[in-house]
Amino acid sequence: MDILYSIFIDPFVQMGSAPDLLVQTLWEGLVSGVLYALIALGFVLIFKASGVFNFAQGIMVVFAALTLVGLYEAGVPAILALILTIAVMFLLAVGVERLVLRPLVNQPDIILFMATFGLTYFLIGFGELVFGGNPKVMITDELYLPRGSVEFEMFGGFVSLQKIDITAAIIASVMVAALAVFFQKTRIGRALRAVADSHKAALSVGISLNQIWIIVWFTAGIVALATGIMWGARSEVSFALQIIALKALPVLILGGFTSVPGAIVGGLIIGVGEKLGEFYWGPLVGSGIESWLAYVIALGFLLFRPQGLFGERIIERI
Amino acid sequence: MRAPDMNAGVAAGDVLLAVENVSLRFGGVKAITDVSFDIRKGEIRAIIGPNGAGKTSMLNVINGFYHPQEGRITFKGKTRSRMRPHEAARQGIARTFQNVALFKGMTTLDNIMAGRTLKMKRGFFWQMLRHGPALAEEIEHRRVVEEIIDFLEIEAIRKVPVGRLPYGLQKRVELGRALAMEPDLLLLDEPMAGMNLEEKEDMCRFILDVNSQFGTTIALIEHDMGVVMDLSDRVVVLEYGRKIADGVPDEVKKNQAVIDAYLGVPH
Repeated sequence: MDILYSIFIDPFVQMGSAPDLLVQTLWEGLVSGVLYALIALGFVLIFKASGVFNFAQGIMVVFAALTLVGLYEAGVPAILALILTIAVMFLLAVGVERLVLRPLVNQPDIILFMATFGLTYFLIGFGELVFGGNPKVMITDELYLPRGSVEFEMFGGFVSLQKIDITAAIIASVMVAALAVFFQKTRIGRALRAVADSHKAALSVGISLNQIWIIVWFTAGIVALATGIMWGARSEVSFALQIIALKALPVLILGGFTSVPGAIVGGLIIGVGEKLGEFYWGPLVGSGIESWLAYVIALGFLLFRPQGLFGERIIERI
Repeated sequence: MRAPDMNAGVAAGDVLLAVENVSLRFGGVKAITDVSFDIRKGEIRAIIGPNGAGKTSMLNVINGFYHPQEGRITFKGKTRSRMRPHEAARQGIARTFQNVALFKGMTTLDNIMAGRTLKMKRGFFWQMLRHGPALAEEIEHRRVVEEIIDFLEIEAIRKVPVGRLPYGLQKRVELGRALAMEPDLLLLDEPMAGMNLEEKEDMCRFILDVNSQFGTTIALIEHDMGVVMDLSDRVVVLEYGRKIADGVPDEVKKNQAVIDAYLGVPH
């Protein structure tokens, strides 16, 4: 009976007795959720427009952040370095289209997926070659990102919010809103969705696949850069970030591979779930829940709603 | 719907598209061998032949999916050797596919709107802001699309994702998307395949109406001989990648080579 009590009753008693801690935990969860969501967003963009799961999205985050910091360390002013990094992400998009996607047009999705593996290891090697393998510190102040924290008095305790986290949340929300409108309301957005559905039909109405692919990889590159700056500001810029990027997988399963809002809601659910699980249920199993809880949640979703919360219904006429 | 641009430099009855000595090979397989024919402005031109005769390959050559090893294609007076499909679309060639190629996740409306991609001029930035001129442009395109939807009698399925529609209706949506491009030349690859009698009759009516109301030149591949003879102004017959006959339906029907190709010859 003790075990049941400590699983089903005790955590909620704790939540009730120290609401300030609960708020703090929820906030921490929401923040890491926002960052998961940003990474997932990069995956969704490319999946939506080419039906390919881009394994390289994680390394693109690292690569973008490394380029930014590397340029700054080489003596380029911060803002100029940011602009140059955006240019580098554009060149990367053009390169991927020319050297990877164009020769592989009309190949099965699994081939393209494997090609993104190749791209991942190329970018790891290239990044280490140019910028070295040591972790770097994100140039937070130079980019005018706020530092420090604000504290609120709440429920007789204190809740402290990092300013950088608040900024991350705002930037993520703006990007998501802009992307949602871009996909739904513009000619290019419609063309992106069209390309995802059928290459030959898209070609027949005059959509250039090459142009669309460059646009979508460039957009994913910009999202990667934003993610890299925010992640880097919270910890450091290192190749280990690439592994964290795989947390986007359960987020995508939860939110649906094709849904921009799904990536956001999925990210928030995973982030909050992880932090709550770790804080209130973690002690029961000697902690460490954070590293696997996301995947268990995703597994549950796969069983009952394989297309995710917001994914397009899977319809097959036979 | 506005009639397509008649000032394209080609008057009705003139040659709109000329195919000259085109040969297409895939490795050792000869799909098309030395085929020449033309399509005149305003006519309905049928391409027929037994299975594997190279009909679909011919359409793919015309709209740039395949690049022939030999021969020339002249469209609206411009000769080209290699052209990519989206460039063909830009020059005014629209098409439908043998096994419907639609954007299955999108609604009927969005599918037909996708056909207007090339007609939209405003930048995506203004479209995102839903700014005055961009909004006006969107509304204008939407109006054209609604006219096409009325014309094809598919009002009821406007908001349905096309993946859910029955085959006959999917083919109609695909025709709608091609019409939305206001093409000079419309290529139809077996527009009536897999349809029941009633659906075929509807489709025939739409094709004739498109041709007479908008003056669109049409090239179609079809297996139903009754349909071909009724619809088309001129017929070209292919067999094993070669042209074996070319002329008005009545001539072609009596041509011995055509009869042999369809019925077989005793050896």
